[in-house]
Amino acid sequence: MAMQSACLNYLRGGFMKLKTVDGGWNPYLAGALIGLLSIVSVLATTSLLGKTSYLGASTTFVRAAGLLERSVAVNHVIDNEYFTKEKVRIDWQFMLVAGIFIGALISSKTDRSFKAEAVPPVWNERFGASAGKRAAGAFLGGIVAMMGARMADGCPSGHGLSGMMQLSMSSLVALILFFGSGMVAARLIYGRRR
Amino acid sequence: MSIDLILGLATGIVFGFLLQKGRVLRFEKQVGALLLRDMTILKVMFSAILVGMVGILLLSDAGVIKLSHKPMNVGALLIGAVLFGIGWAVMGFCPGTSVGALGEGRWHAVFAIAGMIVGAAIYAELYPFFKATVLSWKNYGKIGIADALNISHWGVALLVWAGFISLFILFEKKKV
Repeated sequence: MAMQSACLNYLRGGFMKLKTVDGGWNPYLAGALIGLLSIVSVLATTSLLGKTSYLGASTTFVRAAGLLERSVAVNHVIDNEYFTKEKVRIDWQFMLVAGIFIGALISSKTDRSFKAEAVPPVWNERFGASAGKRAAGAFLGGIVAMMGARMADGCPSGHGLSGMMQLSMSSLVALILFFGSGMVAARLIYGRRR
Repeated sequence: MSIDLILGLATGIVFGFLLQKGRVLRFEKQVGALLLRDMTILKVMFSAILVGMVGILLLSDAGVIKLSHKPMNVGALLIGAVLFGIGWAVMGFCPGTSVGALGEGRWHAVFAIAGMIVGAAIYAELYPFFKATVLSWKNYGKIGIADALNISHWGVALLVWAGFISLFILFEKKKV
């Protein structure tokens, strides 16, 4: 009985609504379509490029760093073991990340959810409206997050989506720890309830 | 542009479009999930995993593709993932969603992207040190969950389906 009513509530609730209050798509539908895209992408890279590529993002930041450093110090990049290992070049994943920007721009401009934002509300509540403070937070957080992602060998795309779809042990551990540590940090930084 | 770059760009545009429609790109949703206030990003991510997993495992069983597990390098994975979580909470974006958030106008994402490029550069400089330390601790290699549990990957898939559907029901019940 309890199970039955839980299921009914579930169907009547967010699961069946096509649009969310903020005009977005049903999250389960958007997610399922991303799942389909992952399958199509794996098939397309395998058959067209002869090499199976999975969706990911964080290695692109290594390549971007390498490309920028190369413009001022070529030999330093050539001599660096990590840049040599990850190959500094514009590749499939680099263009994928660039495409995310374009896709989000098209989607938000066409459904009018595009919004210029310097300081998000939750940040504002805790640290105030200073755009400089928010910029510093985003920058420092970015440094720590990327060092972590490279050490863990993936981010929520590479481990969270692609690794979990393949049922990799390392991705399961990474995903649990990403959220576990993120939840503790967020609670300490932004406080408990509103 | 060569075919691999065109394919990457086309895939990325669809990916970014769907991430934006799922409303997972913005800071509020990312931090909202970490504060257990709004589980949208988990609904999107877990639905993607449930659907993608079935296709990927079928293609692997059919011999069309090869799975590529990332190594279970324990020290690096534990320290790296915990560091990522802390940075993620402050930044409010992940690497992939940061560029998408910029695309939907949240321009403070520029500083997150700059920070991540600097973070990658620092990692590259410190790589020899990490290689000699955290990266060289216990490494169980490229293993799947199925290998670790000694059951078939369809058994694991069933467990993941059951677990995620239960979570979805909980999210809708709690209206988060």
